[in-house]
Amino acid sequence: MSAIEVEHISRSYGEVLALDDINFNVEEGELFGLIGPDGAGKSTLFRILTTLLIADKGKARVVGHDVVENYKDIRKKVGYMPGRFSLYQDLSVEENLSFFATIFGTTIKENYDLVKDIYIQIEPFKKRLAGKLSGGMKQKLALCCALIHKPEVLFLDEPTTGVDAVSRKEFWDMLQSLKKKNIAILVSTPYMDEASLCDRIGLIQKGKILKIDKPQQMMNDFKKPLYAIKTNETYNTLQYLRQQDFTESVLPFGEYLHLITRERLNTETIKIHLKQKGFTVSEVKEIKPTVEDIFLDLSDNEESLIK
Amino acid sequence: MLKVFWAFIKKEFYHIIRDKRTLLILFGMPLAQILIFGYAVTNEFKDAEIDILDHAKDETSKQLINHLQSSGNFIVNSNLISENELETGMKAGKSKLVLVIPNDFSKDFYAGNPLKIQLIADGSDPNNANTLVQYVNDMVRKFKTEKVSAGLNPFQIGVETRMIYNPQLISAYNFVPGTIALILLIICAMLTSLTISKEKELGTMEILLVSPLPPLLIILGKVTPYAFLSFINAVIVLLIGYFVFNVPIIGSLGLLLLMCFLYVITALSLGTLISTVSATQQSAMMKSLMGLMLPSMLLSGFIFPLASMPIVLQYLGNIVPATYFINILKGIMLRGAGLNIILYEVGVLILMTVVLLALAMKNFKIRLE
Repeated sequence: MSAIEVEHISRSYGEVLALDDINFNVEEGELFGLIGPDGAGKSTLFRILTTLLIADKGKARVVGHDVVENYKDIRKKVGYMPGRFSLYQDLSVEENLSFFATIFGTTIKENYDLVKDIYIQIEPFKKRLAGKLSGGMKQKLALCCALIHKPEVLFLDEPTTGVDAVSRKEFWDMLQSLKKKNIAILVSTPYMDEASLCDRIGLIQKGKILKIDKPQQMMNDFKKPLYAIKTNETYNTLQYLRQQDFTESVLPFGEYLHLITRERLNTETIKIHLKQKGFTVSEVKEIKPTVEDIFLDLSDNEESLIK
Repeated sequence: MLKVFWAFIKKEFYHIIRDKRTLLILFGMPLAQILIFGYAVTNEFKDAEIDILDHAKDETSKQLINHLQSSGNFIVNSNLISENELETGMKAGKSKLVLVIPNDFSKDFYAGNPLKIQLIADGSDPNNANTLVQYVNDMVRKFKTEKVSAGLNPFQIGVETRMIYNPQLISAYNFVPGTIALILLIICAMLTSLTISKEKELGTMEILLVSPLPPLLIILGKVTPYAFLSFINAVIVLLIGYFVFNVPIIGSLGLLLLMCFLYVITALSLGTLISTVSATQQSAMMKSLMGLMLPSMLLSGFIFPLASMPIVLQYLGNIVPATYFINILKGIMLRGAGLNIILYEVGVLILMTVVLLALAMKNFKIRLE
């Protein structure tokens, strides 16, 4: 039995199709990442799996229970951290945690070892009101509250959005250690760089899952030639490359341009070609794809993804 | 389960104590209301200034004027000389009433001839004018009976009215029950709907739903503190009414408190129902204000008598819970009515409560939509 089983789930809001025939499984003790931009349908999927919404089509089971028929069983066994910070801002850290422990029929003491690693970091602020915590602290507290009843499955909807880089790293370290306690975790994030920290990832866009695999496998499977080009005239170079026959796609990535070509080329050839056209190119190298490269390559509509 | 319930109540009390707005509504509003209704909005009058145009200027007319002043409720502002001056005092906003005594007052009075005293009142304030005119009528009638022995005027028939239960027409007798009805409704219904929709707005409802808590427990946990607090409020208003405004409680105190409790439940179910149909605090607030406060103030017979309203409004007034509760309160407090007398009102309130609760339960969403 998988911790989460999703079969042909579709859901629309009026005319808008938010989820379109979603299928995937999450095994026990697996950290599964849903990677996709805002509006991809991640939160809708989370709400369906946490029994808060009903899908139009398809079936889903969480720890073996149907999300519609046996919603009460699921609500006892899962921990859910919504995308928005959803704790009581006017209650202190301690009061929040103890309230959520109580409504799940447990106490902080009873499951302290499970949240200890996380709680220790916010314990110095336990008398502080939750609304006065920093973004990272808030998320740690929310994770504590979602964990306090020892759930079998953890749903974390964009837990690191709006959190600083250091706290993000700490947060993912915590997830790694929770995984060892055999808790299945479904986590969503718009940050592509977090993908490699998951056991498996599903790339989702516009309600459709583009690909599901281990992040490393996904990168190894990517066979298209990919080059990073560093230039001072990013925009002009980009425009130029787009019009070339050898280009399959080219997109800006920070200070680099990532170029996928139709056939393998020599890096020197590209460099010389560009220089001949009058562009100053300081570096051209063949690179391994990142998850973002794969994502962009898979997504049919490039426009919407250029951030 | 009890432990969960207790945790909920504790949490709710933290919310209330830490939120200034809620605290203000909870304790400031009842005080403000009872004081406003008690001291400002009142039909009672003291030291009303009147003008007198005495055409007779004889013994009896002077006695009548003295008699009027002796009550302590009227002060003669000015003695007018001619008809032209009748409106002067009123236009200046000083005088509320002009009394005109005809010629030959003494003679006609003792001869038993029909005579007419003219009263001119300032109708721009109709309630006040009515009260004043009525009061002067009373005084004149009294004056007549004092002066004239029955033997002299065997054929004269006077109509004497006597108000019972509230002989002095003290407005506190009316506004204390009305204020209790209003306050309980505002605190129970409005605050309940606000607090539940707040959980929705902040997203905490999402977490509460994805927990083993049954919906009934969530609602009970949220409303119980407000039920408790508003009950305390009702008692405070009763105490202020009793000690500050001397409103009696003739009937059974136990029955009175029991009725307050019943009404609290009615209001809570209303509030819960409102919260189930509002997604945000703002919309809950608007719905409570428009749907509860206004009708309860205007259509319950608290401020305006229901009987004198257009038929449509009367029907509307009949579906406002406060209408029945105010009748119950007045019955118990002022007339000493027992349960057997207010049975109809109690029955209606219970029926309303059951229907509202059923609707609220049916409407409460176990999911987000």
